[in-house]
Amino acid sequence: MDAMNSQINETAPEVSQHFKVPFSFRRFVRTNSAQLGILGVFLTLWIIFIVSAPKTFLSGLIYSAFMSSIPFFAIMAIPLTIVVIAKEIDLSFPSIMAMGMVAFSFTYNWTAFLDNTTLQVGLAIIAALVTGSIIGWINGVIIVKFGIPSLVVTIGTQFFWRGAVLVLTQGANFTLIFIKKTIFYTLLVGKIGGYFPMQMVWLILITIIGWVMLNRHRFGAHIYLVGDNINSAELMGVNTGRTRIQAFMLIGLISAFAGVIASFYVAYFWPSLGDGYLLSTLASVFLGGTSVFGGTGTILGTFLGAFIIGAIEAATVAIGLTGYWTNLIYGLIIVLSVIMHTYLRKRGE
Amino acid sequence: MEYRLELRNVSKSFGEVQALEDINFQLGQNEIVGLLGDNGAGKSTLIKIITGYYQPTSGEIYFNGRKVDHLSVPKARELGVETVYQERALAELQTLWRNIFLGRELCNSMGFLDIQRMRDETHRLMTQSMGFTSHAVSPDSRVGKYSGGEKQGVAIVRALFFDAEIIVLDEPTMGLSLKESAKLVNFVTNIKQAGKSAIFIDHNIFHVYNVADRVVVIDRGRVAGEFLTKSIGVTELMDKMVRVAETGKFD
Repeated sequence: MDAMNSQINETAPEVSQHFKVPFSFRRFVRTNSAQLGILGVFLTLWIIFIVSAPKTFLSGLIYSAFMSSIPFFAIMAIPLTIVVIAKEIDLSFPSIMAMGMVAFSFTYNWTAFLDNTTLQVGLAIIAALVTGSIIGWINGVIIVKFGIPSLVVTIGTQFFWRGAVLVLTQGANFTLIFIKKTIFYTLLVGKIGGYFPMQMVWLILITIIGWVMLNRHRFGAHIYLVGDNINSAELMGVNTGRTRIQAFMLIGLISAFAGVIASFYVAYFWPSLGDGYLLSTLASVFLGGTSVFGGTGTILGTFLGAFIIGAIEAATVAIGLTGYWTNLIYGLIIVLSVIMHTYLRKRGE
Repeated sequence: MEYRLELRNVSKSFGEVQALEDINFQLGQNEIVGLLGDNGAGKSTLIKIITGYYQPTSGEIYFNGRKVDHLSVPKARELGVETVYQERALAELQTLWRNIFLGRELCNSMGFLDIQRMRDETHRLMTQSMGFTSHAVSPDSRVGKYSGGEKQGVAIVRALFFDAEIIVLDEPTMGLSLKESAKLVNFVTNIKQAGKSAIFIDHNIFHVYNVADRVVVIDRGRVAGEFLTKSIGVTELMDKMVRVAETGKFD
């Protein structure tokens, strides 16, 4: 309270010495408890997997498979983390994946006169990304301008856009075999050296960009503030509406991108694209330690969470359990991890 | 003389509820104005119009004699209004440096944060202005763990850092100990000495009377009257306040 004794008219002098705290192991553990917790879960589960199914988990093949399949939902878990930190939720992203691909196929067909597959596919990808952003923007505007909880809005828009996909495609699936001739196929889902999948490169890239935006940019600073105490943020002049709309646009954009790479990978489009990704994406975020109450969460946690979720399915089968066990184990791990993170956070305070 | 801040015929209603009616309010250069009134009289609404949080339903706002339309929180801060809110407006899960720079992060033209500078400035403010010496309080510690007085210190230091011209204090002594309240009153006196202006709201009439040049009494959304503190005794003022609250009139 010695603030009261200070001089009001002092202007900030140049700071000659940088403020630095000497390293303390205890403080490091305390401030990073959430990330260390998830890292612990990650390593423990990994050891359990290796011990119970050494043949599977000591071979390089399974890791190549993980890097092929996990990025499809993991890249969406990154912007979803940002949305959840802002104390919002988006359940419509699986439908956005499919809707982006509808825009893709329409644009591809409409530009047939160009008679240049690479150009057509390039324009079609842009159309998919723009569509995803617009749908995210619509979600955000409904949530912010009408003040409706995002849980309700995005349940609604999830059905709406899935319905739109079915109406526009008449429920038909179609091949995307033509994309294999273009550079985009190699760029998006090719394999570096025949082993390292490009979608993994995209995941790493999106994770880094997501981390920078959340931790080193004003946008991320405002996301944390909005999720922590939206009233304080508003009183201090943060444009809370714009920040949240941007977060929804971001997940819209990335979901459409995930739809493109997931479809390119199999060179095929199903109108049900994305349906299987809802649970695993959400689980990655919560397992990764992002608080369901908003205001805290990390990108690294989500990244590790996604790999745990992705490995569980393979592991249950490799260990010798039937696929029926997968959901049970998913559910158990999600509940336990949320309890663990809440406990760690209370202790850290 | 030009007023630092002037409200002319400002009204504010929330649906059917008329919170403020035809308010005329002036804040002079280097003047401390105390705002008094019973709970629900409209003090906080008036403050939130001055800070740009609420837009008035009708009326005009002038800063240094110039009319300002569509006042928003960022615009008000640009015009030199800094506020210590009753609810403190802190983000308790976030670190101290994020709270000091809440809504005004130092960043480059691309929007990337200058974290080192914000932490350095926070450290400087902590040691020089806040007098925090406890090890629990560092630029990287979470504000939620602080005591009531420390939180209030954060809210006040934040208002100072940005070179405020008008400092608005909304119930700043709420939840503070006697000693902390006394420091706060001393701080308001410092504002005066530094040549700044302030609007001071407090439920404690003695705090207001001791530091304010003028008190404005708000009752049921209207300005019931105003007094220069040098021309009215504190007991007389208190009697008038009670009478206004009961009858809506001073005499």
